[in-house]
Amino acid sequence: MKKGRFGIYGGQYIPETLMKAIQELEQAYEFYKDNVDFQKELDTLLRNYAGRPSLLYFAEKMTNDLGGAQIYLKREDLNHTGSHKINNVLGQVLLAKRMGKTRVIAETGAGQHGVATATAAALMDMECEIFMGEEDTKRQALNVFRMQLLGAKVHPVTSGTMTLKDAVNETMREWTTRMDDTLYVLGSVMGPHPFPIIVRDFQKVIGKEIKEQMLEAKGKLPDAIIACVGGGSNSIGSFYQFIDNPEVKLIGCEAAGLGLDTPQNAATIATGKIGVFHGMKSYFCQDQYGQIAPVYSISAGLDYPGIGPEHAQLFERGRAQYYPITDAEALDAFAYLSRIEGIIPAIESAHAIGYAKKLAPTMDSKQIIVVTLSGRGDKDVAAIARYMGVEIYE
Amino acid sequence: MSRIAKAFEDKKAFIAFVTGGDPDIETTEQLILAMSQSGADLIEIGIPFSDPIAEGIVIQEASKRALENGCTTDKLFEMVSRVRQRTSVPLLFMTYLNPIIGYGKEKFLSLCVDSGIDGIIVPDLPFEEKDELADICKLNQIDLITMIAPTSAERIAIITQEATGFIYCVSSLGVTGVRSEISTDIGNMIQQVRKVGNLPCAIGFGISTPAQAGSMALLADGVIIGSAIVKIVAQYGKNSVEPVSEYVRSIKKGITDAMI
Ligand SMILES: Cc1ncc(COP(=O)(O)O)c(C=O)c1O
Repeated sequence: MKKGRFGIYGGQYIPETLMKAIQELEQAYEFYKDNVDFQKELDTLLRNYAGRPSLLYFAEKMTNDLGGAQIYLKREDLNHTGSHKINNVLGQVLLAKRMGKTRVIAETGAGQHGVATATAAALMDMECEIFMGEEDTKRQALNVFRMQLLGAKVHPVTSGTMTLKDAVNETMREWTTRMDDTLYVLGSVMGPHPFPIIVRDFQKVIGKEIKEQMLEAKGKLPDAIIACVGGGSNSIGSFYQFIDNPEVKLIGCEAAGLGLDTPQNAATIATGKIGVFHGMKSYFCQDQYGQIAPVYSISAGLDYPGIGPEHAQLFERGRAQYYPITDAEALDAFAYLSRIEGIIPAIESAHAIGYAKKLAPTMDSKQIIVVTLSGRGDKDVAAIARYMGVEIYE
Repeated sequence: MSRIAKAFEDKKAFIAFVTGGDPDIETTEQLILAMSQSGADLIEIGIPFSDPIAEGIVIQEASKRALENGCTTDKLFEMVSRVRQRTSVPLLFMTYLNPIIGYGKEKFLSLCVDSGIDGIIVPDLPFEEKDELADICKLNQIDLITMIAPTSAERIAIITQEATGFIYCVSSLGVTGVRSEISTDIGNMIQQVRKVGNLPCAIGFGISTPAQAGSMALLADGVIIGSAIVKIVAQYGKNSVEPVSEYVRSIKKGITDAMI
């Protein structure tokens, strides 16, 4: 297998100018990934700063209500900054620091990765600039202000569809301009090698904990793990330790927006085809001429036309399944989890809850589903209130 | 000898870029002919892509206009076939990998041959990934133009060894766009190339004035100008043929004057 590949997927499809920065990152990561000192520092940050391990919570009321498999929630929403994004960011910003960089840049969709990056940058004394589609700065205005509070500069991106993919474009362009002192802290398991591996390694703590916690609680592995998929980081993080346990079903939930029969969706596996974009070979929503599709989802964090290359391979091998969940299903799940468990999920995570609601009743009560709750819903409350016709001041 | 090699044979080549289909296919067709008559020695036609990550704002917006006005790869191939009957100027397509893969590599390359395209430039295809297109380009005798950048350093030798057509020397960090000053040590970059091969080197990114073109021509074998031309097209739209021709003549003069 070629370097940085998952089967045919992955690779390093980037402008020549960036190759130096990417190779520098590759070498640094190669060194630090097994460096005891680095891993110890990261582990301390994860425990003392991010609040790991996160809880594996038995959602008893939801289980009883759905009347099937037992449902456990992996509570990434309880991490500092409110989502799984902090796991990756602490790793990457620490790496940047060890590499001697003084400035980090990042794209953000929902704003969670931006907030996490700004947080880690504040903690580790780094300059921080975040690129965010203008459309998303409106949907997630609170997170914009949060990043500014944390000392980051937020650049609204007005090109293309003004959402996540355009934010990635703009961050790559910025990196091409300034690499010496700057590291691009990518927010998901996507982009050119080595990002998909780095981000997966920093997120695999989710699945590692699920395994330990499940064995401790029940003495066995779960029957299925469900997570939402934007670029695919919380899902890969949840899946990774279980890839070689074929009895555990791995299920990713993609954003089907207004439905697969409309162009307004972001369900890459369901509607995309193989291509090359954002530095990687994978599946992408695109037209017959290879133009990237202007995708749509109510959830800014899933509003992305691609999927990480490792997922593309898991899909091709049949090791993981990917199901589309519509806006309506996600909104329903958002309200449902809030009412039944007193947990307001991120609208991204609500896609995973939406699928769990369908799957659980088809399973028996001895079986176990773990749903990764990738983030909390505070950031979405205002937008969803507006959606439901309630005017509130953020 | 290929049309591309010939263009560099006895002069400093001026390579002019336009975004295909901006503002419409007819104007692009006229622009190509007018530019070649006004002194452009090679012409690069950008196939617009929805997400041109190596492009600055000028070419980004041109790509957007072209796509909104209905430009497609099919229409550009038809246009090139028509142009090819009226000029022997070397023609290059500049586009990203996904439009080529999405269209179908085989079909894309065979239509390049049929329509009279001489080479392709793919900015998101670095040396490490060039297997994606290298063989099929070779098979079809289409030059796959490779880029070197100010950050390439020891990579220059490896890249140059396997390059075809000419070497595209990226003058500056960052994306395409007009720059008031070029601070990279271009002379040194060219020297690195010369150590390993004898393909011509053309410098692009940021060049806009006749004086800049002249001083770059002193260092290299060719000068590439994109954003400055696309800016004129943005300003004059369908009426850009005359102002672009005038601009091309001024650049050509800047280059010839510098050589005296
Ligand atoms: C809470 C939450 N979950 C999920 C995602 C999707 O990203 P990924 O697929 O990389 O986990 C995001 C992205 O912004 C997010 O904020």
